[in-house]
Amino acid sequence: MNISITINGKLVTHDIEPRISLSHFLREHLDLTGTHIGCDTSGCGACTVTLDGQAVKSCTVLAVQADGSEVTTIEGMAQGDQMHPIQEAFREHHGLQCGFCTPGMVMTAADILKNNPNPTEEEIRHGLEGNFCRCTGYHNIVKSIQHAAEQMKA
Amino acid sequence: MIPAKFDYIKASSLGEALTLLQEHGDEAKILSGGHSLIPSMKLRLATPSVLIDIGGISEMNTITEEGDEIVIGANCTHHQIATSDLVREHVNILSQAALCIGDIQVRNRGTLGGSLAHADPASDYPATVLACEATIVAEGKDGKRTIGANDFFQALFLTALQDDEIITAIRFPKVSQGTYQKFFQSASRFAVVGVAAIKKGDGVQIGVTGVSGVPFRATAVENAYDGTSSAAKHAMDGVDDIISDHFADEEYRSHLARVYVKRALEAL
Ligand SMILES: Cc1cc2nc3c(=O)[nH]c(=O)nc-3n(C[C@H](O)[C@H](O)[C@H](O)COP(=O)(O)OP(=O)(O)OC[C@H]3O[C@@H](n4cnc5c(N)ncnc54)[C@H](O)[C@@H]3O)c2cc1C
Ligand code: FES
Ligand code: FES
Repeated sequence: MNISITINGKLVTHDIEPRISLSHFLREHLDLTGTHIGCDTSGCGACTVTLDGQAVKSCTVLAVQADGSEVTTIEGMAQGDQMHPIQEAFREHHGLQCGFCTPGMVMTAADILKNNPNPTEEEIRHGLEGNFCRCTGYHNIVKSIQHAAEQMKA
Repeated sequence: MIPAKFDYIKASSLGEALTLLQEHGDEAKILSGGHSLIPSMKLRLATPSVLIDIGGISEMNTITEEGDEIVIGANCTHHQIATSDLVREHVNILSQAALCIGDIQVRNRGTLGGSLAHADPASDYPATVLACEATIVAEGKDGKRTIGANDFFQALFLTALQDDEIITAIRFPKVSQGTYQKFFQSASRFAVVGVAAIKKGDGVQIGVTGVSGVPFRATAVENAYDGTSSAAKHAMDGVDDIISDHFADEEYRSHLARVYVKRALEAL
């Protein structure tokens, strides 16, 4: 089936089997391997991208469902050499260790801050309910998002 | 994990979706948010040969006020419901329930219609649908009909919907006071026990999900209600088919049901 999706600002047209998930499509067909697949069963959030501005688990969205939509992956967050404030905050505040969960964390953080530019620590923790990290214990991830919120307001 | 092969058709209107559903019969399945269907297709628990995607049908994506009711299109996502001013003001209990479903990503995709049609015994909405006496509006080859909450849920994953029917909307009477209390499964965040309670005159109406194969009205509690929470001890009177799994066995689940009914009555 022929689909057209605007991915990180660029219109991409592709012929794809309907049973291929968006995560698989991004990684295997477009080489956008920043979107990670942890569980492939909608549990871990590593595959989170934004679809028309909303965070979604791309392992549980068919690529064909995204036809006509706008998708942003972790590769689309930086502006040239300039990292997105959320990425910058993760770097600055040690929001990652192995980095496997990080793309999903950053994309979910973008959704949290879009709907709530001034989240409390508790609200950030609730917002991350669908994202697992096996390394950091979450503490620095939460801190990074708090700092990103401040930067993005400034 | 890749599902078995299927054909995919995006319906642009309800009429088109209904025609497609009739044409393809039980080979086909409706796809809405996909957050129950896609995982089960990946596990090949479901192997439809045609998916009819109703997600893009905008006429099923609105929340409106009609007299004493709030009418919610079946395609409305949990996020839309949790953040809708109309729902917050007039059926606040429903926005409470929507907000404790899964996580941000799940709430951005999953829909009210999909959740009700799926009828997972651990899903959240049924408790509120029962307590509020909401009605489910469905359309099929014989036209449109409404199904009362009490008649809708029939068995584990089984509802009163016919194969050729699509839920188009759910009508909620306005509720002045209501509360949804949930004991979460710690990993998946589904409901081990979910209790919805609303005030109705001097009485209460209570719906319970997660506890039994079919969500139910706690009528014994409603009948014994005396303005305090003491009636909560009747929460499990007459309830059979109690779920027992690795989250909670029968005894513990029954205990939780009584505790959460008590909490709901105290919170009202
Ligand atoms: C990680 C995760 C956590 C979750 N946590 C919770 C939770 O805590 N509480 C909870 O209640 N749910 C939870 N869910 C389930 C989620 O709410 C689903 O989105 C919902 O149950 C199904 O809605 P959907 O729109 O995704 O339906 P789909 O998956 O698209 O469809 C589900 C079924 O309903 C049918 N269907 C869909 N729409 C209609 C319609 N309008 N008319 C007739 N039939 C239709 C489909 O054919 C299919 O059989 C969770 C899901 C995931 C993946
Ligand atoms: S890979 Fe999608 S949620 Fe884990
Ligand atoms: S940094 Fe390793 S999983 Fe989160």
